[in-house]
Amino acid sequence: MNKFLSVLVDILSEPAILVAAIALIGLLAQKKKVSDIMKGTIKTFVGFLVIAAGAGILETALSPFGEMFQEAFQVSGVVPNNEAIVALALNEYGTNTALIMFFGMIVNILIARFTRYKYIFLTGHHTLYLACMFAVIMAVAGFNTVPLIAAGSVALGIVMTLSPAILQPFMRQLTGNDNVALGHFSAVGYAISGLIGKLFKNSKENSTENINFPKGLGFLRDSTVSIALTMVVMYLIVALFAGPSFVEGELSDGTNYLVFSLIQGGSFAAGVFIILSGVRLVLAEIIPAFKGISTKLVPNAKPALDVPIIYTYAPNAVLIGFFSSFIGGVFSMAIMFLSGTTIILPGVVPHFFTGAAAGVLGNATGGLKGSVAGSFVNGIIVSFLPVFLLPVLGDLGFANTTFSDADFGVSGIFFGSLANYAGPIAIVISLIVILVLMAIPFGKKKQVQK
Amino acid sequence: MKFLAVCGSGLGTSFMVEMNIQQVLQELGVSGVEVYHSDLSSATPGDADVYFLAKDIAEGGAHLGETVVLDNIIDMDELREKVKQLVKSKNLI
Repeated sequence: MNKFLSVLVDILSEPAILVAAIALIGLLAQKKKVSDIMKGTIKTFVGFLVIAAGAGILETALSPFGEMFQEAFQVSGVVPNNEAIVALALNEYGTNTALIMFFGMIVNILIARFTRYKYIFLTGHHTLYLACMFAVIMAVAGFNTVPLIAAGSVALGIVMTLSPAILQPFMRQLTGNDNVALGHFSAVGYAISGLIGKLFKNSKENSTENINFPKGLGFLRDSTVSIALTMVVMYLIVALFAGPSFVEGELSDGTNYLVFSLIQGGSFAAGVFIILSGVRLVLAEIIPAFKGISTKLVPNAKPALDVPIIYTYAPNAVLIGFFSSFIGGVFSMAIMFLSGTTIILPGVVPHFFTGAAAGVLGNATGGLKGSVAGSFVNGIIVSFLPVFLLPVLGDLGFANTTFSDADFGVSGIFFGSLANYAGPIAIVISLIVILVLMAIPFGKKKQVQK
Repeated sequence: MKFLAVCGSGLGTSFMVEMNIQQVLQELGVSGVEVYHSDLSSATPGDADVYFLAKDIAEGGAHLGETVVLDNIIDMDELREKVKQLVKSKNLI
């Protein structure tokens, strides 16, 4: 009997099997055909193993970068990239991540069902990444086993609902209706960009879309291209500063230091490419099930969708926002150099995706000026938040990469600092308080309406 | 027949478009069409018979072959209309 139990524990502590089981539940709940159930479950299982394989490549490509940066500048340099940090973290925190993701989605449905926040967060990869971050933070905070899963799931469910909620006023202004929400965990940066745009509301008519902007940079939207390009450029710059003798003597085994850097930068993009394929396989069955179940259980649910849905509203603002946010990132990097802290390097992916959205929302509230100013501030926000997030991530704070988007920073720093100052109990209390606050206005509003 | 929804990272948007296409096909009673999603880098000509792209990456995916460009990717009416035309032209209904 004991032997049987230990096999069962072994099975359930394998995250790949666990996510496959979650997919299986989803497929059964949708009453799919047996062949579809088989296909979906196996693909999810393999997908998780693909992520682990990508993590290996990424780690090999990233660790020389950290050593070179340290040698060149005597401080550590961090490249924020969600895929990279999640893949590395899943080695140790995979099981908890899978469970937090599963129960976090249930908490999201419950909050949407019973409070006035009707948002269902459908951007699956961000759900997975945030589940992973909470698995790490709750473990560092001192939780384990069931309380860890519970605290992580409730925190995830809350952020899944609140992140679209704080953006909805701006989304209404942008889209002209209240049917769709934005589900992307950088909402704090976007909302601030929207608010900054309001400062320029007098020049709102002077929209980014009135200018004739070159379209040739659209190729950066292809994430493999933009990741490879930035990593190669950053690798080459750092290699030049670290010098050939260090790189060829310590890291590349004699291969020319620039050639070595070129290959490592490319390998980083290759690792992310593989991880993304794995993430796609893992989510392929889980998200449609989540969507189907939530629409059944939550009347008037507002789907919160991935960030490119707003790009088509202002294609020029997308590019302007990217550049402005990137310049904000470079500006922040200069300040970090001067102040001697860990350097957060401006990754093109976070700046492109979040800067673009900040640009679109800034344009909606404040025209061209709002777009430029809002996304510049977004660039500063996504650069500085990781500096304060790193200390609450435990060992993963030293991984040369970290979570990139604003809501990861804000929620991670919030729960991590609570635990630092007052222990895990502070997290439990704060989660309960937030849930109660979210539930209260509903009752009042309902009475007023009736 | 195979349709492929494509977006920049192949995670969220294209996935949503894939689910919406499937819903429309179901509404129209079309069967025998496989729908997948992918990122712009992985998508190659020959992967699918028809590619669905949002307006902003239409240029980057022009080489793929037969494409359907969506002006507003959250507009179900637009998608329904375009899928309807497409399946008609393919003699699927």
